[in-house]
Amino acid sequence: MTHSREGCAKAEISFTVNGELKTAHAYPMERLLDVLRQQLQLTGTKEGCGEGECGSCSVLMDGILVNSCLVPVLQAQGSTIVTIEGLATGETLHVLQEAFLDCGGAQCGICTPGMILASAHLLNGKPEPTIEEIREGLSGNLCRCTGYSQIIEAVAEAARRRTIA
Amino acid sequence: MNSDRIVGNSVPRKEGRDKVTGRSQYVDDMVLPNMLFGATVRSQIPRGRIKKITFGPGVSWDEFVIVSAEDIPGKNCISLIEDDQPCLASEFVNHPEEPILLLAHPNRYLLSKAVEAVSVEYDPLPAIFTIEESERRAEIIWGEDNIFKTYLIEKGDVDGVWEKAAYIVEGEYTTGAQEQLYIENNGMIATFDGTQGITVWGSLQCPYYVHNALMALCNLPAEKVRVVQKETGGAFGGKEEYPSMIAAHAALLAIKSGKPVKIIYDRMEDMAATTKRHPSRTRQRTAVSRDGKILGGEIEFTIDGGAYATLSSVVLSRGAIHAGGPYHWPSVRIRAKAVATNAPPHGAFRGFGAPQSLFAMERHMDRIAQTVGLSPVEIRRRNFLQLGQTTTTEQVVREPISLGKLLDRALDASDYHSKKQRFANHNESDTTRKGMGIAAFLHGAGFTGSGERYLSSVVGVEGCADGSVRVLVSSTEFGQGTNTVLSQIAAEALSLPYENVSMVQPDTQQVPNSGPTVASRTVMVVGKLVQSAALGIKQTLISSNLLSESYTAEEFRAACQHYVSEHGQFRSWSRYEAPDGIFWDDQKYRGEAYAAFAWAVYIAEVTVDLTTYGVSVDDFVALQEVGRVLHPLLARGQIIGGVAQGIGFSLYEKVVWQNGRMQNGQMTNYIMPTSADLPPIRVFFEELGNIYGVYGAKGIGELPMDGPAPAIVNAVEDALGIHFDSVPLLPEDIMDGLVSQFSDGGVGSRGGTR
Repeated sequence: MTHSREGCAKAEISFTVNGELKTAHAYPMERLLDVLRQQLQLTGTKEGCGEGECGSCSVLMDGILVNSCLVPVLQAQGSTIVTIEGLATGETLHVLQEAFLDCGGAQCGICTPGMILASAHLLNGKPEPTIEEIREGLSGNLCRCTGYSQIIEAVAEAARRRTIA
Repeated sequence: MNSDRIVGNSVPRKEGRDKVTGRSQYVDDMVLPNMLFGATVRSQIPRGRIKKITFGPGVSWDEFVIVSAEDIPGKNCISLIEDDQPCLASEFVNHPEEPILLLAHPNRYLLSKAVEAVSVEYDPLPAIFTIEESERRAEIIWGEDNIFKTYLIEKGDVDGVWEKAAYIVEGEYTTGAQEQLYIENNGMIATFDGTQGITVWGSLQCPYYVHNALMALCNLPAEKVRVVQKETGGAFGGKEEYPSMIAAHAALLAIKSGKPVKIIYDRMEDMAATTKRHPSRTRQRTAVSRDGKILGGEIEFTIDGGAYATLSSVVLSRGAIHAGGPYHWPSVRIRAKAVATNAPPHGAFRGFGAPQSLFAMERHMDRIAQTVGLSPVEIRRRNFLQLGQTTTTEQVVREPISLGKLLDRALDASDYHSKKQRFANHNESDTTRKGMGIAAFLHGAGFTGSGERYLSSVVGVEGCADGSVRVLVSSTEFGQGTNTVLSQIAAEALSLPYENVSMVQPDTQQVPNSGPTVASRTVMVVGKLVQSAALGIKQTLISSNLLSESYTAEEFRAACQHYVSEHGQFRSWSRYEAPDGIFWDDQKYRGEAYAAFAWAVYIAEVTVDLTTYGVSVDDFVALQEVGRVLHPLLARGQIIGGVAQGIGFSLYEKVVWQNGRMQNGQMTNYIMPTSADLPPIRVFFEELGNIYGVYGAKGIGELPMDGPAPAIVNAVEDALGIHFDSVPLLPEDIMDGLVSQFSDGGVGSRGGTR
C-alpha cells in the first residue's frame, strides 16, 4: 500500500530513529518523510510543500539537517535519524524546546518541529551563534506566523542557557 | 489589589508543550481504520459548459469511489452568504480549478494518476480576468452586471467642496492577490453512518460555517452533523470559508463509500484552488486647502471577487469603511464595488479589505504632501482624527486617542528626522538609495456594523466535577493564542490560577456557536462573553452559599465539586448583547461601524540597490494602541508576524495569473520572506484602555497587516523620488521606474517637495 513503482520490490531498510533500531518495509524511492509518519507513526515531522522549500519536514540524519521529503528512504539505510520526538528526555524538554516556549517561538506549531531541529543543528555547529548567524542558519525553514523574531530570540536564549548550564 | 493577576502577564501557551514536542495532532496526523483518500478533479478552463467526461485507460476504475454533483443529497452549494457557489460543477464551470468530480481510493499514491486520467471536454465560453474587463461587461458572468455588491458611504457636501479647494489631488492605487501560505495545507477527514450522520475533523477557523454548509449540502438536521477542529497549522483567513468546500467533498465521498475519507491538499493544489487576498483598485480624488487640510473627497474602491460571491461583500465593506484612514474628512463619498471575474474566488486574508484601501490612502497622503509642499509627517499631523470628530461613517471618536502623540513616539523610535538628514547626504553619492516611509492607520475590531448583533454569539464556562474550569467556545486556536488568552480571561474573572482553566476542543457537539474566529473579534468580543460566563459560575457558587466573596483556589475547587455532585452538570452561558448607544444604519452605511478601533503608526526604513533594484527593509518600527495588552509575548508575536506578512505583500509575494489560473503555485516561485530577509521589527504598544473590550483589550490580529505596504512604498519613493502605486513592488518594477525616470531627466533627480 505504498508507492507502486513498477519493476521495483519493497526492500527491508533499517536505521536508528531516536535511539531505537527500526526496520521498515518500503519501496526504495519512498520518501523518508512518509516512512517516518506512516510506518513509524512519528507524525511530529510535518509536510509543508513536498519539494524541499519550507523545511517543515526537517530531521537530522547522521547529524546533518535534511528535508525528509527529498530523501529516498533507501538513503537512510544504516543511518541515525533524530526527529522532534527524539529531542526531549522523557518529560524533560530539550533546552531549545523550553526556549521556544518561553520566547514565543511556536505559534501555530506546524513549522516548529522542523525549526527546532534546524536550530539544534545550528547550535551543534555553532554553540554561540550571532543573531546574523541564526538568521542565516534558519533561512531554510519557513514560518508564516512569527516573522521569525521570537524564534531567533529562542535560539539565542537556548544558546545562552546551554553555556551557563 | 488581587485584580489583574493573570491578564497582562505572559503565561505559558496552553498547547505550547504539545507543539514543541511534535505531539499536537493536526488533521493529516489522524488515521482511521479502513480510511480512503480523496482527490478532486478540477476544471482546466476558466469558463465553459461541460460536454463530456471520460475515464481514461490505465486505471482500475472499479476500485475507485467516484462522486459527481448527482450524488449530492441536498442543495449543490457551499452555503455562506449567497448560495451561488456549487460544491461540484454539474453543467458550467466558472473558473480554473473549479471542482467537478471527486475520487477516493485506499492508496493515496494512486489518486494523482487517476485524476490525470479523467478527461473533461468543454464548450468554452469567453472569460474575463480583470476588474476593468468585468466593468466593461462585454461578458456577463455573474448576475445581471458582474457586480456582487456595492456600498455608498456619504458624509457632508462633497459636491460643494471642489470650488473651495486650493489643490485637487488624484491618484490610482492597486494591490495584487496574496496567498495566505499557512504552512499546513488544507485537509479534512469525514465519516458517515446512518444513525450518527456526518462527522468531519479538519484544519479550519470556523466550525459552525462548516456545520451550516454540511447541513444544507447533505440535507441533514443540526444534530446529524458534527464538526471538530484539529490543531490548525496557520490560517490567516485562508481557512475561514474554503474548509466548508473540502469538508463537503470529504463528506460526499464518505457517504458514498461508507468509509472514512481523508482529503489533504498538496501545496500546489492548495495554492491554485483555494482563496487569496482580493486584488484591488482604489481611485482617490481629494480637495485640499492651502494649508494642507483635507476638505473632502471621493474614493472609489473596487475589488476583484473571482467567480463566486463567497465573502466578497464583507471584505468590501471593511475595505470601504477603512478607506478614509485615520483622518478627519469633513465630507467624503466612498463608492465601493466587488466585481466578478473567472478566477477562483478570492477570500478572507488578515485585514480583510483594509490593507488594500489603506495602502491607497497612505500612498495618497504622501502624494497630497508633495502637492501641498508639506512633509509626510506634517500632512498627517494636520489631518488626524481628534477626540469628538467623526469617521467617514460618522462614528464619533470617543477614545482619548492622540494620533499626533503616536506619530511623535514612532518618529522618535525610528530616529526619523536625523536619518532623513543622513540619507539625503548618502543618496548624493552612493550606489544605493535610502529612504524612510510612514503609514498611519486604524483597524476596527469585531464584525462590522450590525454584524455582532446578527451573530449573537454564545459562550459557556463549565465548573467540572473535579473542581476545575473549562471554557466552551467555537473560537479556534490556529497560532494566534485563542486558547491561552481566553483561559487567562476566565482565570482572571474567577480569581483562579491559569492552570485550573482548560479549553474544550472546538466540536459542534460540545461547544456553542461563539461565532467565527475572524475579524480580530476573539479577545474583544468572545473574551468579554467568557468573562461574563465565568462570573456567572462564581455568582452561582456564592448565591448557593458554597463560596464567600473572597476565596482561595482550593475553596473554589471544593465549592465547585460540591455543586456538581448536588446538581449535576454546572455550566454558565453568556450571549452577546450590543452595548448601549451603538447605532448602525445598514441602508445608509452610517453609524458605529466598530465597537473599537486600534490605532497605529508604522515607519519603514529601506535601502534600494541601484545595481540589482532590490529593496531591503533595514528597520521597521510598529507602534500601536490596542487597548490593554493581555499577553505581551503573544501580542508582540502577532504584530511581528503580521508585519512580516505585510513585508511579503509589499516586496515579494506576486501571484502570476494566466487565464485565471495561478502559474506559480509553489513555494519555489511564490516567494515569502525567510528569516534572512526580514529586518528587526520593533514593536511598541501604547495602552490607553478601551471603554468596551474585556479588561480594556481591543482586537489586534489584523492590524499589523495594514501598515507595512504603504510605509515601505512610501520609503521607496522617499529613496528614489519615484511614485510607485502598486504592490507587490518587485525589482523589475523598480527597474522600470528608474528607466523611465532616467529618460525623463536622470537618476537622482528628486521629485516632490521636502
